[in-house]
Amino acid sequence: MLSLFQTHAHDFLTGFGWTIASSVLALIGSLILGTVFALMEVVPNKAANIIGRIYIEVLRNIPLLVITMFFYVVIANVVKISGFAAGTLGLTLYTSAFIAETVRAGINAVPNGQLEGALSNGLSWWQGMRYVVLPQAFKLVIPPLGNQFINLIKNSSVLAFVAGMDLMYQANMISQETFDTFGPFIIVAIFYLILTMPMSYYMRYLENKLNKEG
Amino acid sequence: MSRKFKRTWRAVLAGAAVALLAGSVVATPVHASDKKNEAYNRIMKSDKMVWGVKGDTKLMGLMNIKTGKLEGFDVDMAKQITKRVNPKAKVELTQITSGTRIPMLLNGNIDAIIATMSITPDREKVVDFSKPYFNAGQAILVKKGSGIKDIYDLNKPGARILAVAGSTSAVVVKKFAPKAKVVALSDYATALTALKAGQGDALTTDNGILYGMAAGSKSLEVVGGPFTKEPYGVAMDENNPKLVKAVNKAIDDIKSDGTYAKLAKKWFAGVKGMDWKELAK
Repeated sequence: MLSLFQTHAHDFLTGFGWTIASSVLALIGSLILGTVFALMEVVPNKAANIIGRIYIEVLRNIPLLVITMFFYVVIANVVKISGFAAGTLGLTLYTSAFIAETVRAGINAVPNGQLEGALSNGLSWWQGMRYVVLPQAFKLVIPPLGNQFINLIKNSSVLAFVAGMDLMYQANMISQETFDTFGPFIIVAIFYLILTMPMSYYMRYLENKLNKEG
Repeated sequence: MSRKFKRTWRAVLAGAAVALLAGSVVATPVHASDKKNEAYNRIMKSDKMVWGVKGDTKLMGLMNIKTGKLEGFDVDMAKQITKRVNPKAKVELTQITSGTRIPMLLNGNIDAIIATMSITPDREKVVDFSKPYFNAGQAILVKKGSGIKDIYDLNKPGARILAVAGSTSAVVVKKFAPKAKVVALSDYATALTALKAGQGDALTTDNGILYGMAAGSKSLEVVGGPFTKEPYGVAMDENNPKLVKAVNKAIDDIKSDGTYAKLAKKWFAGVKGMDWKELAK
């Protein structure tokens, strides 16, 4: 296994790099998009509510692979889009639907009195959300949000299907080249753990810290 | 742990064990028959020749959904060969896949295979091949007007060649265009869609398969001809020298009496980028 890693270190590290790049971009993108659509669901405006609802229901009920393939072979006819971009976009949109649901649950969990208090103190709805409700909501949803981020990193393996050069794609290529189907996947699994384990622990640490702060 | 839970758990384990056992029974190895000329004698005695052909490969062996019949170049070749091996024999066609064809042949379910099967040293260890009947090899499919003339045009940085992951062609193409990037996708359908969507400059695999793809699309063409030599042959069970001899003679006759040219023209004359006269070489 060690010799396999040594002979193909370049491939594994390239894949690792692309997986990190895709995960980071999708994480930032889906957090922003997810928060935006969560707000659209709770804002006192019927049209926005409906749009938010449709976005979330459509994207979280379609398989990630289907969304990704859509970008790779359908959208590519209109705009030139690489496998990496198609995969990262698919990952961002798909995850954003789940994050929107998570954040919305957090907003709903903050007692109504908080927003009412903010409004009666002269804050606008947006200010109340921004300064009073959202900070409390995020604190509440850190554990489920952490799960979404870990899922996102693991789901980035969808890039392999659109030749996104990620870890999984490299593992497929190496196993086909060396006829070793076991080694490459074990090595790749370790790489994924290197990404997800610290994430897991950081989320737990964050949860404890925020609990203590109250 | 409650008693009820324990019981359920035990049932699950037992189920898993049964499934494992069943799996191992199905995977019994198949051995070639030891009797000499068994298949040949069977064809002569029953006046029936059973062929394994492809049912999913356009132009070579494809199930026509409207008529329910198998058609293609391989199918017509099977009929012509049968006529020359035993003029009285009826042709029976069995649809096979790359995975099932060799076990079915060794079991005696089929007498011969004519199904886009390249003659390779590994396969020759298990079955006997006739002489080549189709000049197959790896080629490239491109969009019309791409300006790409052959595989060597793709040997430059920035060129992207689509291939199917796990196929030999994905590995071999690197030798011919080492500077190009190989984009490996999971199957032919995805690779073809990706080519149309501009995710690659060319798609590479066997010319037989590419001709079928080109025939189904107005915007694609095969260019440059095959750059490897992997001719197709008829596969038969080992220990059948009489059958191999008869099939070889039939192929020679088909080529020399003009039947081959007729068949090649029938199936491949309409395919863009294909010189059907080159096939028989």
